Amino acid sequence: MNVTQLSAFVANKPGHLQKVLKVLADENINIITLTIAETSDFGILRMIVNDPDKGYKVLKDNNITSSVTDVLALEINDTPGSLFNALDVFAHLNLNIEYMYAFTEKREGKAVMIFRFEDIEAAKKALKDKGYNIVRKIDIIGENK
Amino acid sequence: MFNREIESMPVGKMKELQLERLKWSIKHAYDNVPCYKKKFEAAGFHPDQFKSLDDMKRVPFLTKQDMRDNYPYGLFAVPMSKVVRVHASSGTTGNATVVGYTKNDVNTFAEIVARSLASYGVSENDILQNAYGYGLFTGGLGLHYGSEKLGALTIPMSGGNTPRQLMLMQDFGTTVLCSTPSYALNIADYIENNMPGFDMKSLKLRIGVFGAEPWTEEMRGEIERRLKIDAYDIYGLSEVMGPGVSAECSEKNGLHVFEDLFYVEIINPETGEILPEGEKGEIVYTSLTKEAFPGIRYRSRDITRLYHDSCKCGRTLVKMDKVSGRTDDMLIIRGVNVFPSQIEAVLIGFEGVEPHYQIVVDRKGSMDDIEVMVEINEKIFSDEIKVMSNLSKNIADRFRSSLGITAKITLVEPRSIPRSEGKAVRVVDKRKI
Repeated sequence: MNVTQLSAFVANKPGHLQKVLKVLADENINIITLTIAETSDFGILRMIVNDPDKGYKVLKDNNITSSVTDVLALEINDTPGSLFNALDVFAHLNLNIEYMYAFTEKREGKAVMIFRFEDIEAAKKALKDKGYNIVRKIDIIGENK
Repeated sequence: MFNREIESMPVGKMKELQLERLKWSIKHAYDNVPCYKKKFEAAGFHPDQFKSLDDMKRVPFLTKQDMRDNYPYGLFAVPMSKVVRVHASSGTTGNATVVGYTKNDVNTFAEIVARSLASYGVSENDILQNAYGYGLFTGGLGLHYGSEKLGALTIPMSGGNTPRQLMLMQDFGTTVLCSTPSYALNIADYIENNMPGFDMKSLKLRIGVFGAEPWTEEMRGEIERRLKIDAYDIYGLSEVMGPGVSAECSEKNGLHVFEDLFYVEIINPETGEILPEGEKGEIVYTSLTKEAFPGIRYRSRDITRLYHDSCKCGRTLVKMDKVSGRTDDMLIIRGVNVFPSQIEAVLIGFEGVEPHYQIVVDRKGSMDDIEVMVEINEKIFSDEIKVMSNLSKNIADRFRSSLGITAKITLVEPRSIPRSEGKAVRVVDKRKI
């Protein structure tokens, strides 16, 4: 099982991001982390939320174009060089990262990296071979070990 | 050929036939329709003065507005007891326009559709599924009567309900599909999205007859490739008769006008002056045999050109180009004529792209700037920027290659393009010229 990311299309105009956030807030969807990729006309809001399926449904019901995608969530030590070492695994296997973002865990000393790959299974296998801890479900981080 | 004598008549002989019929038709309109009498008199023209085709230029035009003003039966030229059918346009921009047919007119209508079908290679051995809407719209009944006249087995399916359309195609062994070109693409989409592993070759479909909306060579290519058929254009307008005013032949290169029944001219839409053969302009129709609803110099607003070539199909009838657009909504952008219908055709070529678009034309300095806003939907949305920017780039490339214009493509949120009465506002021209 992979972590599910919720993405939404947002016009690059004042107030439009807020509209999406309001829809999620009204339905009690909690955002654990997010990133926005922006162009001059629009942005793509990518989020890890506590209930992606419900989040997708409420966005859709409100005419907000959205999608759900599998992403790879990787737990690493929150120390210098940890991310560098992790990326080494992908570089060696020529696995291209489409995009990535991060958040630190409430538990001390750990960070979670979110990766988007074309071939997520290949990336997972590479990490497992190297003994990395792949996070299965974000909302129970800290309890799954 | 369904009617070899007419369809391969020498050009000179055709002109004689036209002149003789024009004299009758113009007089018929003048004698029986007050609107024509008034118009002719105001222009100082009397049907007795009509001696040669050259006199056409003296005959006043009939416009869409005249039809609206005479709603519903004001332009009928026979007693109501002789009218056996009416059709009507939707009337989105005013009164509906109502057209009538006598028994003879209904036969003529069937004749032109039968000729069209025969020119695509349809015969009595075919099974024709008519997916045009049956009703006030001329497409449904028009194709139906023509197909029966030709002797093909005719399935009166009407439009919509794609799963059922496909079921009938399979079970009934349909060989010919009639619909709008965009509906044909819908069918292809439906198969690709919902019927994985479906083999088009399991259908007997071989010919598609498409009309009622402008479409491009690109769309033809796409329909032919995806449905594995030969796609042909059928052209017509209810004010003149309905589909079958002109039709492509096996050459797929221009439409032959059934000019024994419709006299055609190309005029300059600004001045009304008749343009020489081969020049592009507005096509004007005069009915030659119609009884119930004669149309004398009806301004279609459709833009095309007329020409004679030695068509390999053997028809000597004058040809017209596929209609590229209408005079009422033509845009001139950096000197290039662009029609919203062409922009639509480009967008339809992209799978999943909604037909909800808006064209904004502005003038920056001395240059025209064109922006095409396209509403995004789930089918084309991606969480990856590169996928989204490739989409805009591909659409822009297609605009450049097929229309010769450089447009900025802006992807916008669903339902953000203003709609009036449910229809999108297609063109916003901000230029102050």
